[in-house]
Amino acid sequence: MDNLVKIKIDGKDFELASNLSILDVSKNLNLDIPYLCDHPDLDVRANCRMCMVEIKGKLVPACSTKISEGMEIITQSERIHKTRKSNLELIMANHQQDCFHCPYFGSCQLKNLMKTYGLNASAFSSRKKNREDFSMGKSVVFKSQKCMECRACVSACEKQGINFLEIDGNGLEIKIIPSLNKNKDCVYCGQCVSHCPVGAMLPDMSDLEEIEKLLKEKKYILIAQIAPAIRASLGEEFKIPYGQLTVGHISTGLKALGFQYVFDVSTGADLTTMEEAQELIERIEHNGKLPLLTSCCPAWVKYVEFYRPEFINNLTTVRSPQMIMSNVIKSYWAKENKIKSANIKLVSIMPCTAKKYEANRPEFKKLVDYVLTTRELALLLKRHQVMPEKLKESSLDALFSSSGVIYGASGGVMESALRTAYYLITGKEPQEIAFEKMRGLEGCRQAKYKIGKYTLNVAAVSGLKNAENLLQKIKADSKLYDYVEIMACPGGCLSGGGQPVPVNDEIRKKRANVLYQLDKKSEIKYAHDNPFVKEIYKTFLKDEKNRKTVCHTQYAKKKKEGHIIKKI
Amino acid sequence: MNEIIEKIKQSGLKGRGGANFPVGIKWEIFNATLANKKYVIMNAAEGEPDVFKDRYILENHLEETLKGFKLALDLFENTQGYIFLNKSLYDLLENKIRKFVNKWPVNLVKEKGGYLNGEETVLIESIEGHRLEPRIKPPYPPEKGLWQFPTLINNVETFYHVYQISQNQYHQTRFYSLTGDLNNIGVYELKEDSNILEILKQTKNLSEKPFFVQVGGGASGIFLEQENLDQPISGAGSLIVYDTNKTDKIKLLKKILSFFLKENCGQCVPCREGIYRLNELILKKSIDWLKAKELCQTLKESSFCGLGVGCGMACESLIDIIVKFNQANG
Ligand code: SF4
Ligand code: SF4
Ligand code: SF4
Ligand code: SF4
Ligand code: FES
Repeated sequence: MDNLVKIKIDGKDFELASNLSILDVSKNLNLDIPYLCDHPDLDVRANCRMCMVEIKGKLVPACSTKISEGMEIITQSERIHKTRKSNLELIMANHQQDCFHCPYFGSCQLKNLMKTYGLNASAFSSRKKNREDFSMGKSVVFKSQKCMECRACVSACEKQGINFLEIDGNGLEIKIIPSLNKNKDCVYCGQCVSHCPVGAMLPDMSDLEEIEKLLKEKKYILIAQIAPAIRASLGEEFKIPYGQLTVGHISTGLKALGFQYVFDVSTGADLTTMEEAQELIERIEHNGKLPLLTSCCPAWVKYVEFYRPEFINNLTTVRSPQMIMSNVIKSYWAKENKIKSANIKLVSIMPCTAKKYEANRPEFKKLVDYVLTTRELALLLKRHQVMPEKLKESSLDALFSSSGVIYGASGGVMESALRTAYYLITGKEPQEIAFEKMRGLEGCRQAKYKIGKYTLNVAAVSGLKNAENLLQKIKADSKLYDYVEIMACPGGCLSGGGQPVPVNDEIRKKRANVLYQLDKKSEIKYAHDNPFVKEIYKTFLKDEKNRKTVCHTQYAKKKKEGHIIKKI
Repeated sequence: MNEIIEKIKQSGLKGRGGANFPVGIKWEIFNATLANKKYVIMNAAEGEPDVFKDRYILENHLEETLKGFKLALDLFENTQGYIFLNKSLYDLLENKIRKFVNKWPVNLVKEKGGYLNGEETVLIESIEGHRLEPRIKPPYPPEKGLWQFPTLINNVETFYHVYQISQNQYHQTRFYSLTGDLNNIGVYELKEDSNILEILKQTKNLSEKPFFVQVGGGASGIFLEQENLDQPISGAGSLIVYDTNKTDKIKLLKKILSFFLKENCGQCVPCREGIYRLNELILKKSIDWLKAKELCQTLKESSFCGLGVGCGMACESLIDIIVKFNQANG
């Protein structure tokens, strides 16, 4: 229990826990202290100086000042207002305003602050017009002409244990740069993106502009496939309460934009589950390489391929839901419906920047033509003034199952696969909550399950630093686990690098809750009960060759891929 | 109660690096913080332009200063000492110091960066091999400093006075370096609360011609007009005199700004961007003094560390003098 302290804020008395900063208090009480560089996930850096408040006649930053007994804080005064406005003006001077191309369009903190502080435009002009952009893996783009050097991205990358982003130079020359160290490479997780307060670190949005063209041309059959995590978060972009923006609304929205078909990647997730459960059982029964490590997170896969290739054989060969689904659509569904796959442009809507990289991996031969992140979809909808809150729900095009929706939360892959493994091993349906221990935001959750004659030691991990710790443990004792799920992003895809911003643990919990509620309400609970899954295993996937090409893949040790510099 | 700390407290000695923090209290916090290792650092980075009193002390009272430093080293058994010297002092004194501290647990460190390297948390970062940027305070070094252990950092002059205190020879004096448009340039040891006018008189430097002064350092020191000399010197013990008619005041302002443009670490918005924009304004043909003062305010009010604050104060006070002078002279 923390000590309580008595403080005064703008003359009002409060009694609060002493470990809070003034900014924490402000956020909790909905006070109006502005901030840019602060992020609850990261260590305090206190460099934007937007959050200044007054204590004993002195201005101090709210984010780096802890409350203490008897503190009297003033949060609004002319003096404070002037200082904040002046710092905002200094920041705006170097912030390229390309709002139409920015996923913050319509929900921009900078624009809101300009309004609050009565700043129409900065009196100064940018000193960064010669700076370059750079792009990593066609997944993440750094727009240096928007950057305010707050370093949140650097901290976020450091928190992943990657340290690919570095601070270079001093004073005016300070820059964020991608590391040139040949032993460091980006894994495209996009955590830098979701922690950037001003839209300088962004998903690579070149696909978005391509899609705008396709929507105009109307030459191709446009198909969208929606990942599980989107339905938990897209509503945030439109201020719709959690759970009220369904995948049905999203489907209607996409069709209003000009997409002809909309599919649910959860179905692909069900197939991933089926294959992965079988692979797990097989490896256990035939002394295969264990622990089996999941591979549906492309950032994690890249991590293994670049940093820990010695674990490549532990990765399941099963393709991710995005890749299985795209194959099912293009080679199965298209044929059934007499559509030439060459006439299709398939667009994934993903919570994730690394999914862009995955779609471009050469072995997948451009099955997925484009990948849009949740934020890009929101921008697209906003640009075309398609407002999901005004739309009716429509049902998705066939192939629907929701047992795969929990893939969007860390632990979901594991939970689905265990449910199906349970069925395959025992021939009985598991209890719905049998593997509930896999849920949650803790970096690593572990459990021991008895399924039939097997005892399985399993773990679900999110965050790459946690993953590295676990790999170290496995190195020391390879028998520690049988099956481990790893997701690069904290909490899993629901806080992926393409998801709406801001994000914090409270928001992560809310997004997870949407998915688990859907799971609870769903009629089809388990992948193996999905009628479509049953059907396709009887027909198309019965053919072993089809099953291998559609559902499986390989990995290989990777050299540094680095970044490309984009001149502007 | 530790005897030397008690004595220092009674003497009322304040830190001579510029921050004026009571030395006894600093030592007491350092001493009371529990840890199995501690560090004591002598700061001889003296980096303000036109300030040379620490150099004078080291040239003339090296042994006494080192003995003062030793008193701090002896406070706690497992203590490692560092003597942090700017480049020129290092080259000048390395051998002499090494010889004297011979068997003490002391490392000599040569400054890597510029002006900012003397800020105590930057100094710590520098020894740790990190980027030369100040840390967020608190925690302050006496609680959490070098490698996160309690660290006592005092400036050269402070250690010299501590030695005097231990010998009961401290007489509430401090050292002042005097330079600029005056006759008797040099370092003087005078009463610590002497006001500026007295200092000029005592050192036979009071000029007949109109002048203004900068106190506390040649970069971050604030500018005062002749009618405001009835106050002691704040910041580092430094007094620089400018002949009002002879001095190109805008040029002086530009010189200060280029100094800070070069020396700021770039960590925070008001300082990195504010100084740049201030400089931009001053380089224009017609200067928007109001906007310039607004930026000085922002620097003073919201900079991360003393460098930005000092720059804001120095520039603002000089701008006031310039604006007044311009008004008086059409
Ligand atoms: S995408 Fe991930 S690995 Fe790459 S720079 Fe951003 S945080 Fe670091
Ligand atoms: S890219 Fe964004 S998060 Fe990174 S330093 Fe720039 S503004 Fe901050
Ligand atoms: S955890 Fe999900 S969102 Fe994050 S990188 Fe992996 S697949 Fe993408
Ligand atoms: S005030 Fe200047 S020197 Fe100090 S942290 Fe900010 S940018 Fe660096
Ligand atoms: S939010 Fe406090 S300084 Fe940036």
